[in-house]
Amino acid sequence: MSVLTLHNAGVAMAGHWLLRETSVTLRPGEITAFLGPNGSGKTTLLRLLAGLLPPSTGYVTLHDRDLRTLSRRDLAQRLAFVPQDTHINVAFTVREMVEMGRHPHLRRLTRLRPADHAAVDAALRRADIWHLAARPVVELSGGERQRVLIARSLATQADVLLLDEPTASLDIAHALDVLDLCHELAGEGKTIGLALHDINAAARYATQLVLLRAGRLITQGRPETVLHATQLNQVFDVCTDRIQATDGTPVFRFYRDRQQHSTFAL
Amino acid sequence: MSPTALESTTTPPLAAHPSHRTMPVLSGLGLLLLLSLFIGVSLGTLPVAPGTVATVLAANLLPAGWIDVSAISEADRVVVWLIRTPRVLVAALVGMGLALAGAQLQGLLHNPLASPDLIGTSAGGAFGAVLAIACGLAARSLWYLPLLAFLSAMGALCVVYAIATQRGRTPVATLLLSGVALNALLGAGTSLVLSLQASNYQVAQEIIFWLMGGLDSRTWIHVGMVAPCVLLGALIAATVVRELDVLLLGEEAAASLGVHIEHVKRTVLTSAALLTGAAVAVSGVLSFVGLVVPHMVRLVLGPAHRRVLPASALAGASLVILADVLARTIMRPEELRLGIITATFGAPFFLYLLLTRKREIGLG
Repeated sequence: MSVLTLHNAGVAMAGHWLLRETSVTLRPGEITAFLGPNGSGKTTLLRLLAGLLPPSTGYVTLHDRDLRTLSRRDLAQRLAFVPQDTHINVAFTVREMVEMGRHPHLRRLTRLRPADHAAVDAALRRADIWHLAARPVVELSGGERQRVLIARSLATQADVLLLDEPTASLDIAHALDVLDLCHELAGEGKTIGLALHDINAAARYATQLVLLRAGRLITQGRPETVLHATQLNQVFDVCTDRIQATDGTPVFRFYRDRQQHSTFAL
Repeated sequence: MSPTALESTTTPPLAAHPSHRTMPVLSGLGLLLLLSLFIGVSLGTLPVAPGTVATVLAANLLPAGWIDVSAISEADRVVVWLIRTPRVLVAALVGMGLALAGAQLQGLLHNPLASPDLIGTSAGGAFGAVLAIACGLAARSLWYLPLLAFLSAMGALCVVYAIATQRGRTPVATLLLSGVALNALLGAGTSLVLSLQASNYQVAQEIIFWLMGGLDSRTWIHVGMVAPCVLLGALIAATVVRELDVLLLGEEAAASLGVHIEHVKRTVLTSAALLTGAAVAVSGVLSFVGLVVPHMVRLVLGPAHRRVLPASALAGASLVILADVLARTIMRPEELRLGIITATFGAPFFLYLLLTRKREIGLG
């Protein structure tokens, strides 16, 4: 049970706010999605939550402990971060990459124990890359690499998973696989945080949404309260059309401006 | 994720996995090293018959009285045990040290061009040695030159690290660039000492010879100087093997996997300084060993440091022994400087890697 909380935390660099003071809480069993246009501070917020960026103001706690009081190793055992950039130019095999997820659990000068191998096997299977285990990562497609990184984060067996646009380089089927997996993991009590561009995916999978724009938190809450056309128009600079899917859930369609909207509507 | 993936229990295909080559390759390199050691002791200005070499080595390694050496001339015994064996062992340790230092630095700095020459240690060692020769200290005791070389190699690295470190962080680019700057400065210092000694022909010649690297008249004392440093350096390197792997994925990925990056940097730099400092102290400047050996090893065994480090150590040792054999025999009875041999063979080989295997060594 790990609650990850941002307490009025903000990040400034060279006198410029990347993220203004923000308070957000990520809870076990929930998927929190961070939405916003490019440069809105989603990645900054995730890196702040992951302890990879020190807050300029405020602080971040994991289960009531300030991240700064945790060692890198302790933090890595409890929290895993999957970066957006999947570029890898080193010819490790998929299995070797996923084994690195066990690093925070291993002592110096020791090898992987049976329990570590079991965790790696389970992660490979869950991320659907078991068949790729012996392949060098450099030969894989962007989507396969993304799944390798997800498998590595699963291998850490951390309670908190933070993923920066995990579906960005995936085809529709694998994007759904990743989101379903997040849903499953949340069901097992893990705390999940995602930066997403796909608002419809966020609407479907997230239990909490955080809307950001230009380094400011605009609003947060349950999808049905946060996602409405005027809010989205304001945050993303678009015209939003809300339609109903066959199962009754809302689906959003976007137009660049009012004129385009009416052209398409005709 | 998908139901089929969860149900599949077959093991994945492993044919191309470089780890399956690890044991054969490591044992092969071990055998090569033993063979190189033997060749190194046998060949030279005066070749000694392999049987004689084996007898003398056995007589000295086994308890006294087990092997009868009365049939072997005193000269052969001296050549094998007091002249060639220490020389070959120093060659092996130097090769090991340089290759291990290069492999670690390339991994840490994520730069395929990184080598002990690039971060100031070699130039620092050379400067210290040249000073020792010029001041006449080197002539007074066997210990002064290696000691001064070692200390100034370590000193050079400390300076580079101190310049590159700001607020507890040492960016890789700054580290490399300050290494380049200090290299130039130390090179100028070495040239200055050399030009001041130019009228003193003997000293100048000694300096130039030393700068070209060589293992002539190395003794058991030199083995004793370099062995503990190489051993300690290798042990220190072994403590960060996994961290070096993770660091290849970038500093942020490493940090998120619990790696204390600045600690790894300090550890690797300490190990590399010990290894290079000791190597430079007893052999002079041998270029390309630390650069080329790890690349050769990676082509065969892949990037994982738990394989690259031991294999580099074994391959580097054999390479320097064999290069030294060439230096001793190619122009018999004259000896060629060892640095000439390592650069002559190292540079074309590096160009070959550059032109044909760019991608594998991370330059593409």
